[in-house]
Amino acid sequence: MYRYDEIDQRLVEERVAQFRGQTLRFLAGQLSEDDFRPLRLRNGLYIQRYAPMLRVAIPYGLLSSRQLRTLAHIARKWDRGYGHFSTRQNLQYNWPKLEDVPDILAELATVQMHAIQTSGNSVRNITTDHFAGVARDELVDSFVWCELLRQWSTFHPEFSYLPRKFKIAVNGAEADRAATYLHDVGLHAVRNADGEVGFRVIVGGGMGRTPVIGHVMQEFLPWRHLLTYLEAVLRVYNRYGRRDNIHKARIKILVKALTPERFRADAEAEWAYLKDGPSTLTGEEVRRVEERFTRPHYERLAGDDAGYLARLAAEPAFAAWVKRNVQPHKMAGYAAVTLSLKKTGVPPGDATAGQMDAVAGLADRYSQGELRVSHEQNLILADARQSDLHALWQEAKALGLATPNIGLLTNIIACPGGDFCSLANAKSIPVAQAIQERFDRLDYVYDIGELDLNISGCMNSCGHHHVGHIGILGVDKNGEEWYQISIGGNQGLARPGAPAAVGKIIGPSFAREEIPGVIEKLIGVYLDRRESEDERFIDVVWRTGIEPFKERVYDSDHQEQKRRRRSLATA
Amino acid sequence: MTAIIRNRSVVDDPWQLLRPGDHGRQPAIPLAGDIIVPLTLWRAEREAVSFRAGRIGVWLDSHEDPAVIAEDLRLFGVVAVNFPKFGDGRGYSIARLLRERYGWKGELRAIGDVFRDQLFFLASCGFNSFALRDGEDPREALAAFGDFSDAYQSSVERRLPLFRRRLEKFAQA
Ligand code: SF4
Repeated sequence: MYRYDEIDQRLVEERVAQFRGQTLRFLAGQLSEDDFRPLRLRNGLYIQRYAPMLRVAIPYGLLSSRQLRTLAHIARKWDRGYGHFSTRQNLQYNWPKLEDVPDILAELATVQMHAIQTSGNSVRNITTDHFAGVARDELVDSFVWCELLRQWSTFHPEFSYLPRKFKIAVNGAEADRAATYLHDVGLHAVRNADGEVGFRVIVGGGMGRTPVIGHVMQEFLPWRHLLTYLEAVLRVYNRYGRRDNIHKARIKILVKALTPERFRADAEAEWAYLKDGPSTLTGEEVRRVEERFTRPHYERLAGDDAGYLARLAAEPAFAAWVKRNVQPHKMAGYAAVTLSLKKTGVPPGDATAGQMDAVAGLADRYSQGELRVSHEQNLILADARQSDLHALWQEAKALGLATPNIGLLTNIIACPGGDFCSLANAKSIPVAQAIQERFDRLDYVYDIGELDLNISGCMNSCGHHHVGHIGILGVDKNGEEWYQISIGGNQGLARPGAPAAVGKIIGPSFAREEIPGVIEKLIGVYLDRRESEDERFIDVVWRTGIEPFKERVYDSDHQEQKRRRRSLATA
Repeated sequence: MTAIIRNRSVVDDPWQLLRPGDHGRQPAIPLAGDIIVPLTLWRAEREAVSFRAGRIGVWLDSHEDPAVIAEDLRLFGVVAVNFPKFGDGRGYSIARLLRERYGWKGELRAIGDVFRDQLFFLASCGFNSFALRDGEDPREALAAFGDFSDAYQSSVERRLPLFRRRLEKFAQA
């Protein structure tokens, strides 16, 4: 964890006081609804379908057990006893009262947390690889860079009223686990021939209604210039991004309209004035931030703990969990454990206050008091000892957090959708549940192997449906909820030369109750066509194209059903 | 005269702001008095505007480029930037460019949909004068300059970002 110094703490407290004043003015009728909206949004407060929704920032997904306990306490005291971990490494409360929000923010501030810029047209919470710091292929610790960027973007005076929201992702390892090509700005750490650290800067990617793979604006930006270059990019965007149409206001539209070459030239021209200016980072500052992070204390362990290996051999259920939910660690004898928030029957990403407290306990006992939130809406204990894994597994199982489905079909990513979100075209949670129920036989799910299934309730794509191997999108047809299905999307390196891929829509949309059947057919085509068990669903889609899938899904009996339904509806 | 905020106190404003009429029709130029004219008027009728009694100021709308007045700045008594809507943040960049790139040292005024909740950021970006929208009490708004005691970034108000000042503080400690 980065530990705040006095100034960091004071700024967060001043923000709480500022927002308390704004809320009081609003409640007293001195601030209109229209004026209050952008102010509450930059404190994470939406007015949703049924109640306000408060989005708490979990900067780059890193949490201490103490913070998680406070989140649980808030859920109990001011909400209905649970929270929802989102795909943006944030936590959302769905039932707070507007007048309580200043108190909630004050409570968060006691554990160095806040809801700053979790919505609104500003730089949002910066996201990164949830295995930062422990992955074997790591080049730099991305948390340090995320924190530098968090401070730089917090209350940025020039860029607090951008044309639209602005999302930055940082990846510090060789493999891209932060989807850097699918953000407004993606920063991928690289080393040059001299061993110096810099960043590949990718601009203008994104999901939303027009998914775009970002453009590389700098192959190697030396780390010192990170902030000045970003200021140049943001200034070009702030001045020239469209503000007349909310659907055309993201930076990707500007990059496309100008062409990437022209955008690059404009950013360079702006940068010429800012480069080497006061925002140029210093080695002292990078070290200062590094040193304010608590660090795990690793024991010198041999690795391949004998007791652990014996359990693995003796208990298939434990071995299955390890295979799916445990990742290798850069330190011998340690492992990173994913606690699944995707148990069948529970909305993806939801955690009760009781579970949060229990996970905080697990973090204390097994992972040095820290944990991470992944964009797949799971929780990660990054520093567990191999010798503890069996005990940890048993405790996690008792808590309902040990579903061994990471990377598999039932590890569904889903946004809150129509059950909570006022922008939704359709519900997403019941769809996820129906699929999980259809595929509840674990051995079958194992046989299917690696498969990302992502669901969004509308084009805003909070459920990242574009990059799901199977993506499901809620659409509205004459006031009814329908679902469009795409296949072939991928986040992170898709194939050599393809940094990420956006799925292709297979055809006309479906009614909710048809979805599990459609997914079954897609899986059926895959199982028939795969050449070996190593060939994943996504590989088959790329090899064969979407035609065979289309054919199976839209075969005659499907048409027949549709006709029947239509004639029933008109009857 | 209306009350505005200048250099963190409330003062009467001697300037008359001229706004275009319907269909972009240019406003009539009063014979005397200090006037702030739209950039388009300045560019179209520079001579007529210059040879009259009274001081001249110019205002830019949020889509306009401050580069076009970079050479004229010494002629102005005030430069204003319009915020057509609270959420239109282009004026923040315009202010920094005027201060940091084109060297404007005089009065820089925020006009339009301006109220207390923007003051802290506006001041950071170089505005030192604020004509609040109708119905806002400038005296009450003064408190907003103290909303935050510091800021992380380099800005017009604090050229050195916090991380450079922090190091100095630590060095002294
Ligand atoms: S994708 Fe749409 S429905 Fe889902 S959370 Fe985002 S805005 Fe709401």
